[in-house]
Amino acid sequence: MDAPAPILRMSGIGKEFPGVRALDRVDLRLLPGEVHALMGENGAGKSTLIKVLTGVHTADEGAVELAGKPVAFGSPLEARQAGISTVYQEVNLCTNLSVAENILIGREPRRFGRIDWQRMRARARELLARMDLDLDVSAPLSSYSLAIQQMVAIARALDVEARVLILDEPTSSLDADEVGQLFQVMRRLKDEGIAILFVTHFLDQVYEISDRMTILRNGRLVGEYLTRELSQVELVAKMIGQELEALDKLHGEARSFATPLVEARDLGRPGAIEPFTLTIHEGQVVGLAGLLGSGRTEVARLLFGADHAAGQLSIGGEPVTLRTPRAAMGHKIAFCSENRKRDGLIEDLTVRENIVLALQATRGWTRPVPREQQDELVDKYVKALRISPPNPEIPVRNLSGGNQQKVLLARWLILEPRLLILDEPTRGIDVGAKTEIQRLVAELSGGGVAVLFISAELEEVLRLSHKVAVLRDRRMIAELPNDDELTKDVIMETIASGGRT
Amino acid sequence: MTTLSLGGGRTIPAKYVPVLVTACLFVAMFVAGGIRYEGFATGQIVLNVFIDNAFLLIVAVGMTFVILTGGIDLSVGSVVALSTMIAASLMTGPGWPPYVVVPLVLLVGSALGLVMGYLIHAFDIQPFIVTLAGMFLARGLCYTIGTESIPITDPTFTAFAQTRIDLIADMWISPSVIIAAVVVLVAAYVLHYTRLGRAVYATGGSEQSALLMGLPVGRTKVAVYTISGFCSALGGVVLSFYMLSGYGLHAVGMELDAIAAVVIGGTLLTGGTGFLLGTVLGVLVLGLIQTVLSFEGTLSSWWTKIVIGMLLFAFILLQRLFSARTRS
Repeated sequence: MDAPAPILRMSGIGKEFPGVRALDRVDLRLLPGEVHALMGENGAGKSTLIKVLTGVHTADEGAVELAGKPVAFGSPLEARQAGISTVYQEVNLCTNLSVAENILIGREPRRFGRIDWQRMRARARELLARMDLDLDVSAPLSSYSLAIQQMVAIARALDVEARVLILDEPTSSLDADEVGQLFQVMRRLKDEGIAILFVTHFLDQVYEISDRMTILRNGRLVGEYLTRELSQVELVAKMIGQELEALDKLHGEARSFATPLVEARDLGRPGAIEPFTLTIHEGQVVGLAGLLGSGRTEVARLLFGADHAAGQLSIGGEPVTLRTPRAAMGHKIAFCSENRKRDGLIEDLTVRENIVLALQATRGWTRPVPREQQDELVDKYVKALRISPPNPEIPVRNLSGGNQQKVLLARWLILEPRLLILDEPTRGIDVGAKTEIQRLVAELSGGGVAVLFISAELEEVLRLSHKVAVLRDRRMIAELPNDDELTKDVIMETIASGGRT
Repeated sequence: MTTLSLGGGRTIPAKYVPVLVTACLFVAMFVAGGIRYEGFATGQIVLNVFIDNAFLLIVAVGMTFVILTGGIDLSVGSVVALSTMIAASLMTGPGWPPYVVVPLVLLVGSALGLVMGYLIHAFDIQPFIVTLAGMFLARGLCYTIGTESIPITDPTFTAFAQTRIDLIADMWISPSVIIAAVVVLVAAYVLHYTRLGRAVYATGGSEQSALLMGLPVGRTKVAVYTISGFCSALGGVVLSFYMLSGYGLHAVGMELDAIAAVVIGGTLLTGGTGFLLGTVLGVLVLGLIQTVLSFEGTLSSWWTKIVIGMLLFAFILLQRLFSARTRS
């Protein structure tokens, strides 16, 4: 089959931010009438590439050609005028205005300077009809679902003669039916000859809709492939990379776990994670594996009571309902959040203040923790975790990422939890601190503490966990005992096949 | 949920409900007053409310623009006072003619609004703080002109103050009412049929989105404060027709009356939702409360404030319940 000439060609794109090489000679071409998936893990350079294409950033090197002519966009508006429209993950529309206005505002048809509402509504209906949508265009946008809003955003993008449509994670907040609706629209647009660049974390969707894909890893181009010629396993392998390291397993000999600590039965939350069943025993380390956005954090949040869950949960054999994190803390569950800056540490407070925060919270503000007890506890954990510099009175912001993570850990360890949930505890910290945190997890487990360990690094999960639960597309698809047969490849295979094997 | 079903299966769009509630409240007050007091249920009572509150209506129109973008303008009362002061002092002192003084006053008011709008936009400062500063500034400027009340004796102004425009059946209005009506109509046209007006709604709905949709958000914000400044100055001119004096203590706290009228009229303080018709009804309700209390005779005028306070509570609660329902 002869491929038509690409409508858009980016070649040798390089972009450097202070200290980071975000893109390193990346090529991308889009063919008219094709859905092209842009794949890669977080930080692979997908968004930077899109930003370069739409004129948000300017590339340091490389060239962009649109329909054979070299172009360089200074702003998203210029790109749009040239026919490159983008629809972002969050719907950037005004929900208080009508559907018709959202599609046409800024370009309203006018007669003698007066907005011609009749023509405007007709034009909006026309554009929506092109996408097989029949909406009441004078109703406020807020009366429609997120999926419809997303499509209205696409209709707005199409009003200018779009030749390239970029959809940046448009499906992340849609349910299955809504995704189907969106795909129908995408197929229709594709048939009209529009080139669609589709970014998503959902592998199923890529295989359902895309014709071709470009894979990025660490700012570099891995390659361009026809979707039907690349298996899911290969795709996952190419996205994650094959940097297998031979590391000892830290979890030691296979132990048998007799006392279940936390039992979740059909626990789930609509839109976040489908009902799952998971048992965590005392002293057991359970790893959660899965790509970003597969529902790892959602599982953790449900077990910590940060989100309301449907289903049953029992702790130590007794059924409980965790309505708030406070309730979970009452059951000795601790949660180290993924984003330590945003959800965890208070940067302007000192190391000591940050460490005693959770302990103070369990006592209530009327009973402050005595200063001597504070000092004693903080001192103990600063030593135990080798927090450096070992001065508890400096603001946390002055610590390195790894040490900040240890402060956060210390905060929860003071509470002597029975279940410790660690969400990406080693992301963005150096190797030394990483191994220390891993060792700590192993020690805790030896001391009878159950740990739910979430990490994007499969090696790490394999090293620490006694069993691994695999997530994909917000579903728990498998629970694998970590024996000698469990390797990174097996996990990748499981993720790719969706647990069908 | 975007519609409210009525008895007969007919529905009305949710966006009209707050305005409708205010309209019903107005009618209910009018009917109740008519039953309770003799000579209350006449057309002239409603017209009197317009005559006595024309300046408030004009100021509230400007305030509606600002609140629709999600902002607030606390300076309006002071700008009204400053306008009466400038007009009175220039006509009484050097004896400038009204056709020079009035445009000058309007210019000063618009310029003050423009500067505040520019500060809010360019430095990304809270409108509350900027217009609070503007409020003190304008009030202070009044006293640099004079601390006493300055009477206006200009024949054109007095003519305006005394003219009665007769309507059918013994009813009449003052020229101020016509000015206010023109302002309301022009403003409603601008809000509904021009790009500026739609950009006002979009900015109030979501400033971030409006920016990404390529709308001139900055220009819109500067424009609404300029409009509010202009309306305040015009309100000041109309107030000096009514009072025939300029005084630094005129219109104290009027910014709050204007905000109350806009909110009772169903405009959301968070911006993006509301109609000018609601503001007109809001002013009417406030005016009618005063009329009812004056008919009652025995109650002190502070009861006006108490009733307005309770109404505000009720309306804000209503809005909250309403927006919670549309979201679910």
